[in-house]
Amino acid sequence: MKRVISVIVENEHGVLARIVNMFAGRGYNITSLTVAPIPNSEFSRMTIVSEGDPKVFEQIVKQLHKLIPVYKVIESDDFIEKEMTMVKFPIENHLADIDALARCYNGSISNVGEKHVIVSIVDRPSRIDNFLKAVKRFKPVEIVRSGASVIER
Amino acid sequence: MKLTGAQIVIESLIKENVEVVFGYPGGAIMNVYDEIYKQNSFQHILAKHEQGAVHMADGYARASGKVGVAMVTSGPGLTNAITGIATAYTDSIPLVVISGQVPTTAIGTDAFQEVDAVGVTRPITKHNFLVKDVRDLPFIMKEAFFLAKSGRPGPVHIDIPKDVTVAKTRFEYPEKIDLKTYKPTYVGNKRAIKRAAEAIKKAKKPVFYIGGGAVLSNSYMLVREIVKLTQIPAVETLMARGVLKYDCPYLFGMVGMHGSYAANMAMNDADLIISLGARFDDRVTGKLEEFAKNADIVHIDIDPSQIGKVVKTKYPIVGDLKNVLEEMFPLLTDGIDTERYSEWREILNRYQELYPLKYGNEEDVIKPQWAIEKTGEIAPDDAVISTDVGQHQMWTAQFYPFTYPRQLLTSGGLGTMGFGFPAALGAKKAVGEKLVINFTGDGSIMMNIQEVLCGFAYNLPVINIILNNNYLGMVRQWQTMFYDDRLSETDLSEVQPDFVKLAESMGGIGFRVKTKSEFETALKEAIKAKKVAFIDVQVDRREDVLPMVPPNSPLKNMLIFKEDK
Repeated sequence: MKRVISVIVENEHGVLARIVNMFAGRGYNITSLTVAPIPNSEFSRMTIVSEGDPKVFEQIVKQLHKLIPVYKVIESDDFIEKEMTMVKFPIENHLADIDALARCYNGSISNVGEKHVIVSIVDRPSRIDNFLKAVKRFKPVEIVRSGASVIER
Repeated sequence: MKLTGAQIVIESLIKENVEVVFGYPGGAIMNVYDEIYKQNSFQHILAKHEQGAVHMADGYARASGKVGVAMVTSGPGLTNAITGIATAYTDSIPLVVISGQVPTTAIGTDAFQEVDAVGVTRPITKHNFLVKDVRDLPFIMKEAFFLAKSGRPGPVHIDIPKDVTVAKTRFEYPEKIDLKTYKPTYVGNKRAIKRAAEAIKKAKKPVFYIGGGAVLSNSYMLVREIVKLTQIPAVETLMARGVLKYDCPYLFGMVGMHGSYAANMAMNDADLIISLGARFDDRVTGKLEEFAKNADIVHIDIDPSQIGKVVKTKYPIVGDLKNVLEEMFPLLTDGIDTERYSEWREILNRYQELYPLKYGNEEDVIKPQWAIEKTGEIAPDDAVISTDVGQHQMWTAQFYPFTYPRQLLTSGGLGTMGFGFPAALGAKKAVGEKLVINFTGDGSIMMNIQEVLCGFAYNLPVINIILNNNYLGMVRQWQTMFYDDRLSETDLSEVQPDFVKLAESMGGIGFRVKTKSEFETALKEAIKAKKVAFIDVQVDRREDVLPMVPPNSPLKNMLIFKEDK
């Protein structure tokens, strides 16, 4: 079962290691993890997407609460979830086709070089899956997904 | 005036009213040791091994209820301390462990005696700090002591690079501390407490399940009063021995793998289990699917992560046990019907009569249980008892007549062999004139035996009663029971030291006893000698710890007698 949590932590060294250890020590995989400072505060927000046994997950959440630098652990089903993805295509493709497809997914061409064209999109993770299926025929050379960021409604 | 980092460490320890620091110097921590040399406010006790030092601080903390302080150097100094820290962590013992570190400029360069100390201690501390700037040091020292003793206590580690101990800053020790991200819940939810009290009054077969939290929260007087008031049967975990007095009529003994039959049946048959600072450890529950099938659970704990971790909890109460019980007490006084539980008590008394704790006492051989009972008779009521880990630990928990909490010091969660002796030395430092006895085995005592010298150096007379069966007894017992008696690497009969000479070589005193009268004489002489003593008691080799819940069996399926195997 897929789980998404946000963890608000104090900005201090070692805090990421503390959070990640909690998952690692219990054999729990992290699907994706994004971290960035929260503007105008001493906190950072981590968004962790994970999958596995709900009972283990519940224990992880409680243990996260227990960590001293953790301010808040937010578990919510009602949130907006977005992910950024960049894809590199060979320049031989038809630029207009790629551009049109990217626009359907809140994206655009970010860079065109001698050999490659790079597209970036921002959308829900499930939509990004669809996008990646759709662009298969353009033979992508490299795909970079950012991992999810969420905000509660 | 500006102080160096090293001076700040010392001044902070003084501000925290630290009486004694257990430690071992080395390169990276030398500046701090130089300041220790210059001061007279607290004593430093030089252990012979960093593990010993941390166990001493731990024993001191357990016996006194204060924060234990240990100090070690970087690299191997810190890694030697790890088992001690983990032992304290598992049993929620408040410690502050200070380690030296290579200078900040050398961190990450594989410098001499460098190890990623905070990386190593992260999973075995309540919190840890790497001090990168001397200006942070006063606050970190304050925070470390605050964290160690507040909420659910635990060890806190401070790693201080050598250049930080030289750097200077203005010293102002914070008076108060307020952490945005750390606010333990001390006061229980009133509604939840009321609901729990109602459930207790309605229950037919309730049982108080008392854990180490009752010791840590200093709430034993309240627990005793509530048990007396309600006359509800009670059981204790290993960590809670002594919360109720051994002869309390409502105490049915220790619960769990080597608990009494009545205690385990109380848990098995109960319709309401009231957990007072216990955590449903696997050694207590036996096979989880079969555990307390008909019982609702009231779980009082200061650590919310403990509630619902193992068993489904109908009445969760997060809070300090003392606070919660104070709130609950009048609710229980109001309309409690002690008669209501009389049938239940009668059932448990029958269980107790049917299968009491016992052993086959003999005239010519010393049974280990006899030695423990005899010690209980000879030693004063307030004697402090530590143990190592194994058969002797369980026999001590079963047979010693404990009269108050903090009387038994034992590594319950981690099960650390080598804990008992240094813990006893640390406890001796805390309890002064009280007699301190360590029950140990011929396996356990060899781990940290070097500390005899420490006991000699600081005049800490601790009596080690070695229940010597020439085996690693607990493993031997399991091999006999579950591995067709294939005694893989557990027979020590060919490699026994001369404990008498060993003690004498390090300023202690030793006795070898083979008969009951020799034992009594030796113990009395050891008490008089006021030296670290070893009493090497040759006990019945093949004695087993019984009764026993076999691993992964339900509590009710206890092996009671030898023939049950």
